[in-house]
Amino acid sequence: MSVILDISHIDMVFPTSNGPFTALKEVDLKVSEGEFISLIGHSGCGKSTVLNVVAGLYQASVGGVVLNGKEVTAPGPERAVVFQNHSLLPWLTVYQNVELAVKQVFGKTRNKKQIKDWVEHNLTLVHMDHAMDKRPGEISGGMKQRVGIARALSMEPDILLMDEPFGALDALTRAHMQDSLMEIQSELKNTIIMITHDVDEAVLLSDRIVMMTNGPAATIGEILDINLDRPRDRLALSVDSEYTRLRSEVLKFLYEKQRKIEDISPNKPAKEVNQKRKKIA
Amino acid sequence: MSSTVLVKNKVESDSALRIKIRIWLTSFLKFVLPPFLGVVVFLFLWTAAAQNIVTSLGTFPGPSAVWVQLGTLYDEHVAEREKAEAFYLRQDKRNAARVAQDSSYTPKVRAYTGKETFLDQIATSLVTVLSGFFVAALIAIPLGIAIGLNGILRSAVNPIIQIFKPVSPLAWLPLVTMVVSAVYVSPDPVIAKSFLNSMITVTLCCLWPMLINTSVGVASIPEDLVNVSKVLCLKPLKHVQKIVLPCAIPLIFTGMRLSLGVAWMVLIAAEMLAQNPGLGKFVWDEFQNGSSDSLARIMTAVIVIGGIGFLLDRSMLQLQRWVSWDKSSAVH
Repeated sequence: MSVILDISHIDMVFPTSNGPFTALKEVDLKVSEGEFISLIGHSGCGKSTVLNVVAGLYQASVGGVVLNGKEVTAPGPERAVVFQNHSLLPWLTVYQNVELAVKQVFGKTRNKKQIKDWVEHNLTLVHMDHAMDKRPGEISGGMKQRVGIARALSMEPDILLMDEPFGALDALTRAHMQDSLMEIQSELKNTIIMITHDVDEAVLLSDRIVMMTNGPAATIGEILDINLDRPRDRLALSVDSEYTRLRSEVLKFLYEKQRKIEDISPNKPAKEVNQKRKKIA
Repeated sequence: MSSTVLVKNKVESDSALRIKIRIWLTSFLKFVLPPFLGVVVFLFLWTAAAQNIVTSLGTFPGPSAVWVQLGTLYDEHVAEREKAEAFYLRQDKRNAARVAQDSSYTPKVRAYTGKETFLDQIATSLVTVLSGFFVAALIAIPLGIAIGLNGILRSAVNPIIQIFKPVSPLAWLPLVTMVVSAVYVSPDPVIAKSFLNSMITVTLCCLWPMLINTSVGVASIPEDLVNVSKVLCLKPLKHVQKIVLPCAIPLIFTGMRLSLGVAWMVLIAAEMLAQNPGLGKFVWDEFQNGSSDSLARIMTAVIVIGGIGFLLDRSMLQLQRWVSWDKSSAVH
């Protein structure tokens, strides 16, 4: 398969009041077309930073990102992002939220009828066609995330970037969403990069799992190929020996090789440092 | 058997009725009775206190005196309108007669110059406050959006806002008066200078709360929504229209309501100070007049001013309910 995305030796350095902070060092990854990549690692290791650089929301300090032979310098709809907290516009209905994206991307090339059909098609794809006239405040968290995915898919992106898309959902809803995502991916053959904290989710969904070392100066520690047959069934896999082996590989990486000793001293909580970094960025 | 069912149904509908009555009763006790009692107690205390305050213009007016004056003021208004009508009728007749005598004569139409009634003054004040408010909104909301979006512009404008915000608009009044009479020179002015003075004073006091609240509302848009806009590559104007405005609407309205409240208070004072037509002038004229009815008439004006202020605020709230997507932001 051809390489669609090349994350080429990127460093990310944030200026802070205590001098420069190197969040990422030498992150290098090539993603093939139609591939499903999971980024996994402990909190604060810079997974989101990688995704934001690919999205174009951050600019890498060193190195760069090349998508389809073109360097990424700004955000754009060909790299659609599914945000962790759905980020739907609360004053628009489900339909209007997707419509805004579709009009923005296809407003000049498609007519009204085609736009309407395309919005409805994408909402049907995520099984949200029954609630098109509801506002985000009137639907559940899982449903909002479905709409967020429909909005991203409707832009026909070259690559779909998902920042812990199911992190805020309960376990049952999450499993349901994972199945939906597998179904959609088998149909549309999207290239996807997904950040996750969930080992099972990573093994179940991915073609490759990219495991990141702890920050500062986080980088790619190991890459694990997941050669399980598709379609995958979570019940069958739960007793599959290969699945169990892959799962324990990821666990070993996270809890043996990259065991994180949480800094619990009261004067420097990790969260605060993160927030500071965000503000400066 | 059917009779037992009937009895059971009856019992059920009985209890349903009882629950309905209880709900109705609690809401009555909670929301209707207290305000009613509050007003009654206030009227009682007012009456009692008024009887014991004797001024050089007679005893302080109680509720009944105000009630009487309310009627009198309305009657005066009606009488004045009849006089005006009669005047125009006479004028038309006279003109028609002269044109009939000499067809080359161009009839002169003169406006009726009677005393402005209480209702006229209310109308003048309302028009003034609303025009001043709209002019301020036209300036403050776009400027507030620009300031909220642009950090550099914000720090450039911030010191100016901070300095001018605490200034009472009445301090501006002499300056406004002088500038208007120097700049607005026209032999036959369409808009009266006095109206312009009051309006600009209102505008000056409306600007700041709207400017500050709009810019804060715009600056506090969640970062995620800004990122959505970036990923979609929304053009600046579309970004403002689709993301910024809906997000900032609750705070924009907070600013507008604050402005309108302050503007109404300031306008009355400005009219008193500058002798510009309006309710303030009515109050001052009555005070200068010093008749035995004056105090009751002023008290009536006070109540009416309060009532109009309340209605203005409620109208803004209603407007917010129509415009805003988030109905919960427009409760009180």
